[in-house]
Amino acid sequence: MGESLAFHYEVDGGDFTSAGQASVKIKKNLRQLGVDAETIRRVSIAMYEGEINMVIHANGGNADVIVDDTGVTIILADKGPGIADTEKAMEEGYSTAPDNVRSLGFGAGMGLPNMKRYTDDMKIESVLGEGTTITMKVNF
Amino acid sequence: MTIREIGDLLDARVLCGKDLDVDVKSACGSDMMSDVLAFVKHRAALLTGLVNPQVIRTAEMMDMLCVVFVRDKTPTIDMIELAEESGIAVLATSKRMYEACGILYANGLKGNGELHG
Repeated sequence: MGESLAFHYEVDGGDFTSAGQASVKIKKNLRQLGVDAETIRRVSIAMYEGEINMVIHANGGNADVIVDDTGVTIILADKGPGIADTEKAMEEGYSTAPDNVRSLGFGAGMGLPNMKRYTDDMKIESVLGEGTTITMKVNF
Repeated sequence: MTIREIGDLLDARVLCGKDLDVDVKSACGSDMMSDVLAFVKHRAALLTGLVNPQVIRTAEMMDMLCVVFVRDKTPTIDMIELAEESGIAVLATSKRMYEACGILYANGLKGNGELHG
């Protein structure tokens, strides 16, 4: 590739049914770039969980994806309530999602652990009342 | 096991799917999509009683081949269109989750999932 490519998506917070559209698009974009299937799967699952989180907790946000020689970086930024205890939020099964989200198949406290599981690097920056930015990288 | 064989074993209706002769190598049964996303499977089928578009998106993210709705759950037209766009076959059976999974397992379709990472 030689140079880096950047993609930007807006994640609509109003509609749970449309959550995941940005991940579908990035999946197609990475496929067009000839990225290998395993990397695409890891990127799209991590981003999908992140997108769902932004819809559930933060009324949407922005997703930026940068592809360079070393891998794929995903930056998910929202202006939601922030995460009070990021360490606790990383525990499998810990969730602050409302009950109705569980009936939709999410909110089981697996989102952040899954994002960490599928990426080589993950950083959470969160300020209560201001928002959360999650940066993840999947190396080639 | 092909998608066609899955359909036959479960007395399922095929709601969409162009190629029913592709080979499915693994399967999982869950109504919790994050649990589905935690396990890597190759050429997989998803059995679920959950009906919303995120089921199809989850299957798409996992590169799954087929979604089977159990206990007579019927997906919406939008969901079927989404699956068609993504090349995912959609089946519906009146069997319950436990029974549907058991039939497929007993006929040789194992879980074969690995927790990623």
